[in-house]
Amino acid sequence: MIIDLKKFVANERPYWTELESTLNQIETNDRRTLALDELRRFHYLYDRTAAGLAKVSSLAAEPETRRYLESLVARAYGEIHETRDRQHRFSPLHWFLQTLPQTFRRHVRAFWLSLAITMIGALFGGFAVALDPEAKSAVMPEMFASHLGDPSERVAREERDKDSPSAGHMSSFSAQLMVNNIGVSIKAMAFGMTWGIGTIILLFYNGVILGVVCVDYVAAGQTAFLLGWLLPHGSIELPAIIMGGQAGLMLASALIGWGQRSTLRVRFRAIAPDLTTLIAGIALMLVWAGLVEAFFSQYHEPTLPYVVKIAFGLTELVLLCLFLARCGKKAERVSSKTSTPQPADT
Amino acid sequence: MSKTSTLLIRTPEGIVFSQLLAGPMSRFLAWLIDFCIVMCVVIAVGTLLTVLDLVAQGFAQAIGMLLQFALMIGYGIYFEWFKRGQTIGKRVLRLRVVDVQGLRMKPSQVVIRNLLRFVDMLPVFYLVGGIACVVSRRSQRLGDLAANTVVVRIPRITEPDLDQLASGKFNSLRSHPHLEARLRQRVTVQEAALALQALVRRDALDPQARVALFDDIAKHFQAKVQFPAEAMEGITDEQYVRNVVDTLYRSGRSK
Repeated sequence: MIIDLKKFVANERPYWTELESTLNQIETNDRRTLALDELRRFHYLYDRTAAGLAKVSSLAAEPETRRYLESLVARAYGEIHETRDRQHRFSPLHWFLQTLPQTFRRHVRAFWLSLAITMIGALFGGFAVALDPEAKSAVMPEMFASHLGDPSERVAREERDKDSPSAGHMSSFSAQLMVNNIGVSIKAMAFGMTWGIGTIILLFYNGVILGVVCVDYVAAGQTAFLLGWLLPHGSIELPAIIMGGQAGLMLASALIGWGQRSTLRVRFRAIAPDLTTLIAGIALMLVWAGLVEAFFSQYHEPTLPYVVKIAFGLTELVLLCLFLARCGKKAERVSSKTSTPQPADT
Repeated sequence: MSKTSTLLIRTPEGIVFSQLLAGPMSRFLAWLIDFCIVMCVVIAVGTLLTVLDLVAQGFAQAIGMLLQFALMIGYGIYFEWFKRGQTIGKRVLRLRVVDVQGLRMKPSQVVIRNLLRFVDMLPVFYLVGGIACVVSRRSQRLGDLAANTVVVRIPRITEPDLDQLASGKFNSLRSHPHLEARLRQRVTVQEAALALQALVRRDALDPQARVALFDDIAKHFQAKVQFPAEAMEGITDEQYVRNVVDTLYRSGRSK
């Protein structure tokens, strides 16, 4: 049977126009909520248009009308069926104190792996510079050119130079650090899409640089300076970058899917909110680390005793560990007791 | 896994609809527009900040650096989050990012597909993303794969030209209702649609091709149902096809 197309279009057009106008209103004003009557009408119009599409597809095969109806049905379908896990109200405090540490703990194995790769890199860099001091210039990137010289000379210069830089200079330095470190963390996550190879290389190389700098300063007898310089910002910055690697390894794991029976699409869908949470947490940590590095780490003895800087850095590290290990644990226990098994997403 | 140019969606009501997937070139052009917009804003803000730099040296540089970084990352996230998957470039080129199931994107999907640009844009000009787009079944770059999103084309909707159904014109086939009924019975929906499309697009055809096309179509329908000579007398193949289409698509109408 072939439908009387002209009569059909003439009859149905008012409903299609009404649906189009409702969709335009919804799409223009994202915050607009429909009243119950409006919702019922909207659903009726969607059903009617979808039925019209089915009719045109099977009984008329007229491409322009079908394309028009497909466009309408696609838009309405997106609005009506989008009910997946919608947050009612975002609470920054709840997110920070519960969601972020819980997410970190859920994927802590990826963090340990990320830390292990960094440490292997650090050991490699440390051995390389211990065996051959010339390796330093080959390994260090251009942006660390200030570390290529003798550490003792740098320490003497920094301690001699009592003129503190201007607030403006420190601000731009801080901004530069934030941008660079957040960029590195995002790359560590994004490179997970290279089956984790890019993430591993990035973590390893970061570890190498860290190892080179540490061994170089320790060998020159400048351990106190090194700790006083690195710990205040490094105790947050380094874990943040390792967490970036954690996110990258999570992505790689979802991509590879070893030992997982779910499809690639389901695996990616499952980790998407956790990746977003982690990367937002990392950005926050790196903003703090950037401020500390520019406004605190650059002051040395005699202006600021190393013991104060080391104590500050260690306190930050302990607080960070406590935050990631303990925060939101109680709520986690409660939810695991009350939760029931959920059907798998298909 | 073969490449497809459409995203097929089956709704819970059992209705199947398709959306056209955007190709790498149109997506690249949309990105180019967005890039130009971001650059214009960066330059404009940079110019304003030079004034601030005279008063507070260093602060202006810090603000500029942070703003540029935030714009580079935040531009796509803001527009795709709040403007239903459309940046300005995508709006101009009639593209939209949607969930791979045709639903609206969740915030985490928006964030992931935009952050993964860092790998898609490697080594230059989105080469990795472009290759992924060409290779992947649904024209997805790596960010789209990870976020479960696709970029669809929003078609320009034109009013179906149903006046081609020869309304008000004499139809010699109507004198033979039993043969008309047989024709309706034997002709498939696809054959009817083909004839309708030939009529709709006839003015775009080369004159010779037009004659040849309607000759073929007419022969095809004549093979299905043979109308008497008086019904066919004095009418061209094109008129015959028009009469067939009128018969098929106006089945319920009185003479």
